[in-house]
Amino acid sequence: MTTPSDAGREAGRLLVGPFNRVEGDLEVALEIAGDRVRSAQVNATMYRGFEQILQGKAPHDALVYVPRICGICSVSQSVAAARALADLGGLVMPPNGQHATNLILATENLADHLTHFYLFFMPDFARPVYADRPWHAEAVNRFAPDRGVQVRAATAARQRWLTLLGTLGGKWPHTQSVEPGGSTRPIDAAERVRLLARVREFRAFLERELLATPLEAFTALDSEAALWDWYAQAPMAGDLRFFLSLVPDLGLQALGPGPGRYLSYGAYAQPDGGFALARGLWRAASQALEVLNPRSITEDATHAWLADARTPLHPLSGLTRPEPDKPGAYTWNKAPRLAGEVVETGAIARQLASGHPLVRDAVARHGGTVFTRVLARVLELARVVPMMEDWLRALRPGEAFCVPAELPDEGHGVGLSEAARGALGHWLVVRQGRLANYQIVAPTSWNFSPRDAGGTPGALEQALVDAPVRPGEKTPVAVQHIVRSFDPCMVCTVH
Amino acid sequence: MSGHLPLNVLWLQSGGCGGCSMSLLCADTPDFQGHLRDAGIHLLWHPSLSLGSGDEVLALLQSVLDGQTRLDALCVEGSLLRGPNGTGRFHMLAGTGLPMIHWVRELAARARHVVAIGSCAAWGGITAGGDNPTDACGLQYDDDQPGGLLGADFRAAGGLPVINVAGCPTHPGWVVDTLMTLAAGELAPADLDPLGRPRFYADQLVHHGCTRNEYYEFKASAEKPSDLGCMMEHMGCKGTQVHADCNTRLWNGEGSCTRGGYACIACTEPGFQEPGHPFHETPKLAGIPIGLPTDMPKAWFVALASLSKSATPRRVKENATADHLVVKPAIRKTRLK
Repeated sequence: MTTPSDAGREAGRLLVGPFNRVEGDLEVALEIAGDRVRSAQVNATMYRGFEQILQGKAPHDALVYVPRICGICSVSQSVAAARALADLGGLVMPPNGQHATNLILATENLADHLTHFYLFFMPDFARPVYADRPWHAEAVNRFAPDRGVQVRAATAARQRWLTLLGTLGGKWPHTQSVEPGGSTRPIDAAERVRLLARVREFRAFLERELLATPLEAFTALDSEAALWDWYAQAPMAGDLRFFLSLVPDLGLQALGPGPGRYLSYGAYAQPDGGFALARGLWRAASQALEVLNPRSITEDATHAWLADARTPLHPLSGLTRPEPDKPGAYTWNKAPRLAGEVVETGAIARQLASGHPLVRDAVARHGGTVFTRVLARVLELARVVPMMEDWLRALRPGEAFCVPAELPDEGHGVGLSEAARGALGHWLVVRQGRLANYQIVAPTSWNFSPRDAGGTPGALEQALVDAPVRPGEKTPVAVQHIVRSFDPCMVCTVH
Repeated sequence: MSGHLPLNVLWLQSGGCGGCSMSLLCADTPDFQGHLRDAGIHLLWHPSLSLGSGDEVLALLQSVLDGQTRLDALCVEGSLLRGPNGTGRFHMLAGTGLPMIHWVRELAARARHVVAIGSCAAWGGITAGGDNPTDACGLQYDDDQPGGLLGADFRAAGGLPVINVAGCPTHPGWVVDTLMTLAAGELAPADLDPLGRPRFYADQLVHHGCTRNEYYEFKASAEKPSDLGCMMEHMGCKGTQVHADCNTRLWNGEGSCTRGGYACIACTEPGFQEPGHPFHETPKLAGIPIGLPTDMPKAWFVALASLSKSATPRRVKENATADHLVVKPAIRKTRLK
């Protein structure tokens, strides 16, 4: 039997885990050559079987089960399910319902970006391994998990921010107000005024602590050169600039390159059609946004402890049945592919697909890396807060927020949405009024995909190749930066 | 507790969603980390809130098992996955090659208190839904049956059974109050209800403080999502039976399920994940809801309901099926003269 003290290291091989600050449990097996990672296998170590649990349920019951896949992407799961049920029933939300749904989703997504930056990602720079760096004392001061002044301030800002959802959705997580026909919680005029004030509070936090700059001035930066000029104006002002000061010192601009293909399903559907942040596949090599074809999405279970149809399956005909003794398997996660290709998803994909010049320029120079992933998330915080202010102003108190959901006894539905961490899809099939199949492909299912039948590694598995390993490291800090730069959610990954 | 030592808390997550931790971070304080510290609560390790990863965590776990690090409260979030076939392989703790249920059993044996954070860790919860594909259970319960991973006779070193802070998710106040009470050495067996839940929240009903009470009194019922009326008759609401203080303590500022426009689904109660009916529909027998308010004889309820329905003011009746007030309350002089 393996004991903890000797589990970590074998010659040329590291078994790394448990990772924390990744939401759920994660293990990475590394092959080391010299002072670099030669190859990586990513293991999502826990299986709960939501796709099995949902079999035979009344379709509307999915809205109780799926948010409980994940406590940090809870609303995102609800929105994807609601969109799939709306697709099944041919339902269209009234404008108030669409705005309320977007506000609820954006509140969660921005809370997650804030949580990622302050609580999950930045604390690693307070590690003793960096004690020799000139910025280390300040990193400890700001980001030590228990005492860091900015960690504590951000936790308080997050708490206040999520009170939006007490009003808009009753509670968070596991908000049950998201319906295929809209929102169960009408907002009156006085509540709207209070919600706008609460959004301004969050705006003030971002403008004071994170950016030390008005949101609109930050989102107006249109190139990486403009970003560094902005940085040089006041190198220690605000926590983003502090991060930027680490980028060249640690080479974060080149650390953890992804596959160069970026998937967004489109975020925040609008009442008149379309999305506030566009849908599409951004291909770095050609600098082009390609039209997304959801029919080309498949899952390959070759290396998962799951029954393997011997061929990749589209989620509508997807299969989830555990086979814990399957040879060659090393994770509970299937390998999603878009037209057979590995893609990366997340805020970086949304900012590329929606054409923001700062992220397009930075990614053109460096690719998808630790630096550009974090930058895209911060940019999204700055871009979406003003959108939320617009959606709140667009609410029409007294008009409908929800239409009742009449669902057919036979049919299927597809719900594509964007969680904080990227593209989230639900596919459901209904027979005789019951769920006959329910398949979920989550953002980290894409990003932390295992190898497929052809042996092609997933996005993180590729990103970890050539990561530096310091002498004696059992949990290499560079590997941790790369892993966390994706803002992974392991409980969504396998569900 | 002895002297001024802090309450050393080790927090592990298994077959759940992490939502109780995310909820915990919504605790009503301007300084979460300071709030815990000032209450004498020290997090040895928490999956979302600590620096340590990988070998650092494994060293800590070993140090607890070796008796080198004192463990005052083992908090487990998520159900315990016993499958497949009793092996626990549906969750192997990363980096250890061992199932999480192994670690939980070993660590529970060394903890002064064991706390189930959320309904998954208490009873099995959502993860035990359907035909329970992973053989999920709670620490000391399997739905409402005593047993679970640790067994009905388990008592932690401090003498208490597993403390079940049930809820899906848990309210941050329930968790913080439980930990603060433990840190102060003030949680006695009598402070737990028959299901091991802290009485400070479990002796309340969700119905208490519900803003739809006037609709309830007159049985003026909501018929569709976003209606303002009482959700007991048609919409599946179990708030009159469910133990929790959700409508007096409130969530994320001014929220609760019923205030958010949806039914209480009994998430603090064992077995809530398989109610035997669609969650959003009230099961009825001969037109009468099967689940009647707690402590209320059926005949009384039926008599009262029929009387109050016949006496429903027009305002209450019409507003009940609208999503905003269509009839406003009349203005009355409230003085005697």
